[in-house]
Order: sequence, then structure tokens, then C-alpha cells
Amino acid sequence: MYRILKKESLNPTVTKMEIKAPFIAKKALAGQFVIVRADSDGERIPLTIAACDPQTGGVTIIFQVVGATTMELNDKKEGESLADFVGPLGMPTHLTGLKKVAVIGGGVGCAIALPVARALKNMGADVTSIVGFRSRDLVILEREFSEASDRMIMMTDDGSYGEKGNVCIPLKRLLEAGEQFDEVITIGPLIMMKFVAQTTLPYGVKTVASMNPIMIDGTGMCGCCRVSVGGEMKFACVDGPDFDAHLIDFDEAMQRAGSYKAFEARAREKHCNLYPKGEN
Amino acid sequence: MPNFNMRPDKNPMPVQDALIRNKNFEEVALGYSEEAAIDEAKRCLNCKNKPCISGCPVNVNIPDFVALTAEGKFEEAYQVIARTSSLPAVCGRVCPQETQCEGKCTRGVKGEAVAIGRLERFVADFHNRQGGAAAECKPNGHKVAVVGSGPAGLACAGDLAKSGYSVTVFEALHTPGGVLVYGIPEFRLPKSIVEREIEGLKNAGVKFETNSVIGRLFTVEELKTEYGFEAVFLGTGAGLPRFMGIRGESAKGVFSANEFLTRTNLMKAYRENSKTPIVSAKKVAVIGGGNVAMDAARSAKRLGAEAVYIVYRRSEQELPARREEIEHAKEEAVEFRFLVNPVEILTDENNDVRALKCVEMELGAPDSSGRRRPVEKQGSAFEMEVDCVILALGTSPNPLIKKTTPGLQTKSRGEIETDENGKTSIEGVFAGGDAVSGAATVILAMGAGKAAAKAIDEYIRSK
Repeated sequence: MYRILKKESLNPTVTKMEIKAPFIAKKALAGQFVIVRADSDGERIPLTIAACDPQTGGVTIIFQVVGATTMELNDKKEGESLADFVGPLGMPTHLTGLKKVAVIGGGVGCAIALPVARALKNMGADVTSIVGFRSRDLVILEREFSEASDRMIMMTDDGSYGEKGNVCIPLKRLLEAGEQFDEVITIGPLIMMKFVAQTTLPYGVKTVASMNPIMIDGTGMCGCCRVSVGGEMKFACVDGPDFDAHLIDFDEAMQRAGSYKAFEARAREKHCNLYPKGEN
Repeated sequence: MPNFNMRPDKNPMPVQDALIRNKNFEEVALGYSEEAAIDEAKRCLNCKNKPCISGCPVNVNIPDFVALTAEGKFEEAYQVIARTSSLPAVCGRVCPQETQCEGKCTRGVKGEAVAIGRLERFVADFHNRQGGAAAECKPNGHKVAVVGSGPAGLACAGDLAKSGYSVTVFEALHTPGGVLVYGIPEFRLPKSIVEREIEGLKNAGVKFETNSVIGRLFTVEELKTEYGFEAVFLGTGAGLPRFMGIRGESAKGVFSANEFLTRTNLMKAYRENSKTPIVSAKKVAVIGGGNVAMDAARSAKRLGAEAVYIVYRRSEQELPARREEIEHAKEEAVEFRFLVNPVEILTDENNDVRALKCVEMELGAPDSSGRRRPVEKQGSAFEMEVDCVILALGTSPNPLIKKTTPGLQTKSRGEIETDENGKTSIEGVFAGGDAVSGAATVILAMGAGKAAAKAIDEYIRSK
């Protein structure tokens, strides 16, 4: 069992948890993920590692409460334990040699983009962060991001905070103004990453997207997390989760992500109902 | 001398009715009664050559255990098997006996072989019902790590524990058992049986560390240097699923057999209140002809599919699955489409599977495997209407250990290179099972695990 050391609500739908997993805390690098099971009859879900503390043995995950499984995870309180916590999985984000980088985060994806920005900053790279949220009340990790960046641009869809619009607007502006990035790293909703890739393509800037498809084992055994990259089949759990964003088939990935929509909707409803049918 | 039973046929195995069982996940075969077991055991002639023993990858003393069974001494019979096999209740259920022990049985020359597998299962179940105690073993103070808790790892750990080693088994998933838990379905191998075998190992002092992905959490090198394991056994299996490379393989409704079976078995998606989603398909095509294909097809049927097709590019004679699994699948209304090769998975506007485009094949000249090579019939393309496709085309070894263990020699397809005793290119590191051989059987993996246990014992003693 893996004890919850700390739990904090970052916004109404995003929760941060620090889990005691000392061996993972010692090993994990930016970009790697864990597979989590809240209870022994639950689903296995992949969550990217947001931070690690080798001293306390704490591993931080940040997740959006979207369905039955994340609701169950969110029901867990500080001091309680998770049934399973496996990692660190996947290849770490490749950062060696990067000098000037734009990190583009969207929504809860910012939680995953943050350790990448931090790692870049720590190795002395110039970091431009562009972070996007739907509205002001959903903004998370603003202070942490600005500390990890040389320049941070805040965007909201409704203009309630920062600039109005999506993350591609300032990205395009910078590229048009002649900013030379060694690489653009994007982490967030598939649709956002697709448009980030489209934005950078004409400028020939290497762009990397962090994929988070449906997974079961997370060790290369089930093939569920396959992603088409440049026409080749790749497994996000062992080959990724980072891939060349200009080669990813995002449309296919979006369709695959919706494989269990109906099941998920039913499960969510079941979880939300206080009493199972027939019991009251 | 006992009076031999000269009836030419085996005692039949009582089974659940085919059209009832294809709607539930309970075990298909129900097991012999004591009377049937004694009667069957008396069919063994205790012949001089004992060819059956040489047919067994772990050389169980079959005539001895069968003779004791004939006398009604079931626990003693079990002890004979347990001397050389670590998982009798599992092997009695999943070994391909027809090509091993029973394939060599003298009674098989005229009539049917003695039902060795069924008898093994019977005495193992008898022993488990009695709640047999673990053998006492004196700790020798040496530590060995076993990576992977499938048949190879369990057999290796069991033998090492018997010799007094302190054994820790590292398992990537949340439940130990490897393919016995995630791959082979409940109706063929109840998970309670695997659990009992693992409990037995725990009672013998073996420690299990689940949720531990070696290569990531700890490297093989760290197990040796930082954590003080004097030897490491790699029984990581062949887990990486193969795909065909045809169009449409990433469509919704296409699964590797590993994914489909893992969802069903490990994650219990067949249970009504399971939190793991599984596809509820009406018409399912399973591509492939091995045991895994049969398991996937029979599982799909049980999950409620109206029609399940096994699509195989060769003919029935070449099916690599166990005879019994093929027969069971047929009885359960799984349909076979032989000499048919898929060329494309067709989808609708939502990228959901709508059909499998196939061509007909005919058998040409024999290929390197000695089987006649299937050749495409010109102009034979047709569409098979399905809403789910499961690919059971075999697996390759997981590349994780290879990638994270510098100096570990592997073959072209990624199998770990070893000598006949499981020794790898790195000192103190041994390997066995599918990780070395490529996808094979439970019993061969167990045999390799046992051979490696012996080699590890010799290696540590000689240090």
C-alpha cells in the first residue's frame, strides 16, 4: 500500500497528491509516469509524475477528476493509502543540449509540463512558458510556472485572466517575430497539441508532444497505448510518452481516446449516485 | 500385481455443458472423481521403458505417481510429482500432454494414452483440498532475485527456496502469476489455483514484491550491487504483442489478444461490476490459431458475442493450439475460417471496426517450419462483417530488460541469449522461459526455471 502524504485541491476539478513511494522518488525523471490503482478492484490509470522528493520519498501526482476512476482516487484522504503505485515508467523527456525552449501547457497538462520546465531551467536553458486554461478559476501552478520560466505567458479561453485566446496565438506571434527555439515541448489536451504542432510546422521548429493514451499494464505488454507516429506503430508506455508532434496522427489518437466513452459515462453516473439502484 | 484396466479409451473428463459454459467463466473441466481416477490409473501398464518420463520437460516420475493413484494413495502420488514439478495443479490443466508425456505413452500405440494430465490434476486438487503443509527448509543465508512471477520465475523461486535460498520475486503487475493470471482465462485455469500455488511459495519463504518493474524501479545491476542479490534470474516472458502491419489496426475495436485477455482476466472485466471496460462486440474475428487465439475467442463468446470467428491462414491440420482447446472452442460455437488471411481492417466514419477484409489462401510448398506455406488465391478478396478484431499473432520478449541491462546479449528478435543451463552473458545473471525461447508453453518455462535454479545453486556454491 502507498500512503497519501499530502492532498491539496488546486482548483475545483484538479487535485494534487503526494504519495509515499521512496524507490520511485529516487529514480523518476521529468516526463516519466506512474500507473495508479486507488483500490484493489479499480482500474489501472497512467498519471505523469509532477514532482519527486528523494528526501521524503514523496512522489507528486496531479490529476483532473473526470470519470469514475479519478473520482475514486479523489475520494482518498490524506493518511489513507492507494492500492497500487507503479513506476517510474516510460522514457524521460529528452532535454540534453537544449538551450532555448518553449514549454506549452494546457489545463491539467501544465502539471506535467512543470517538471519539464523546471528541469530545463535547472540545466540553465532559457525557458518560455505558455500556459492555457479555460478560465481564471481553473488556473493552477501559476507561481511555480513563473519561477521555472524566464518568460511566462498566461492565456485563458474566455479572457478572464491573462490574454484571451488559445496557446497557439502567442506561440505564433513569437515565431513570427523570429524567436529561435531549439525545441517546443507541448503537454495538454490532444486537440491543443495537434494545433501547437500545426503552428510550429511551417517554422521548422522541432516539436515534441507528451501522449497520455489509455493504458493497462504500462510495461509494453498490452499494446493498448499504440500511437501512429510517422505511419509507424509506437507504444506510448515504452517508446514514449514523448513523440515528434509533427509525425503523430492526432486524429486517430483522439478517436482511440474515446473508445470507452459510453462505459465511462455509465461508470461516472454510478459513482455519483449515493445509493446503488435497488438499495433505497 | 494390480489388475490392469485394458479398456482402450480414457475415462472421459466431466465438463460443463458446452452451451451453458460458453456463457460463464467457471472452469470448463470439472475433474475426475476418486473412482474415475483409480480406474484411469489402472490403465497404466507400468511398462519397462517408461517413455512418458522422457516426454515431460521436468521429468515427473509418471509411472510412480500413477501407480500410487491406482492404489488410492493420492497424497503420496502428489508428493512424487511435487519432487520435480512446482505447479502440479497448473500443469495438470494447461500442459499440452498430447505432444509430451501422453504422446509417448505405450497405451497410445493401440487406443488412447493414459490420461496423465487429468490424473495429475486430480492428485494436485486432492492435495490442495487437504491443505498440504509447506516443506521445511533451512536458510542458507544467500539471496537470489527472480524477475517475473510467471511459470519460469515461480519454478525457479520454488526450487531455490527448497534449497534454503532467500528468494525475492519482483513482479511488474499488481498480482503475481504472470501469464497464469493475465493470460490464461479463469475457465481454463481458475485464479484461485494460481493463488494457492503462490501461497505455497510464500509459506516456503519466498517474498513477492509486486508493482516492481525491473529495468525502471531497479536495474539488474542495482539488484546485484546495491541490494545484495548474489544471482538474478530473468523470467520476464514474451509480452510484447505482434501486430500484422495492415491498415486499420489502430481502429477502435481492434485489440491485441494480450490487451483483451488482460482486461478480462487480470482486471476481471467479465464480472458485472468490474470497473475495467471491455468491448461488448456482436461479431468478433480472432486472428491466429494458437492457444491464445482459442482463449480470446472463447472469452469473447462468454462476454456475449453472437458470432466469434477464428481466422487462420493455414488449414486445420496446422493449428498450433492444443487439441483439447480446439475441440472445446468448436463445442462452444466458435466458428473456424481456415485458409483465410486478413489484409485490412475496415472502419466506419467514427473509426470503429465494421469489417475485416480477407483473402482466401491455398497451401503451397512446405516452408522452413515444415508446414505447407499458405499462398494467396488471386481475386479471392471478400469482407467479413465484424465489429471487433483481436490479434493473437504471438509475442516477442519485452525490450525493457535488454535496453536497461548493458552487456546482456540477445538474439535478433530480442530473446535473451543463454547456455543450456540458463546462464546469460553477465556473471550471476540467469534467464529462462519465453524471454529466452520466445513464446512457448507453461511447462517449458517451468523446466527452464528449474534448470536455472540448479545452475544458480551451483554458481553460488562455487563462489
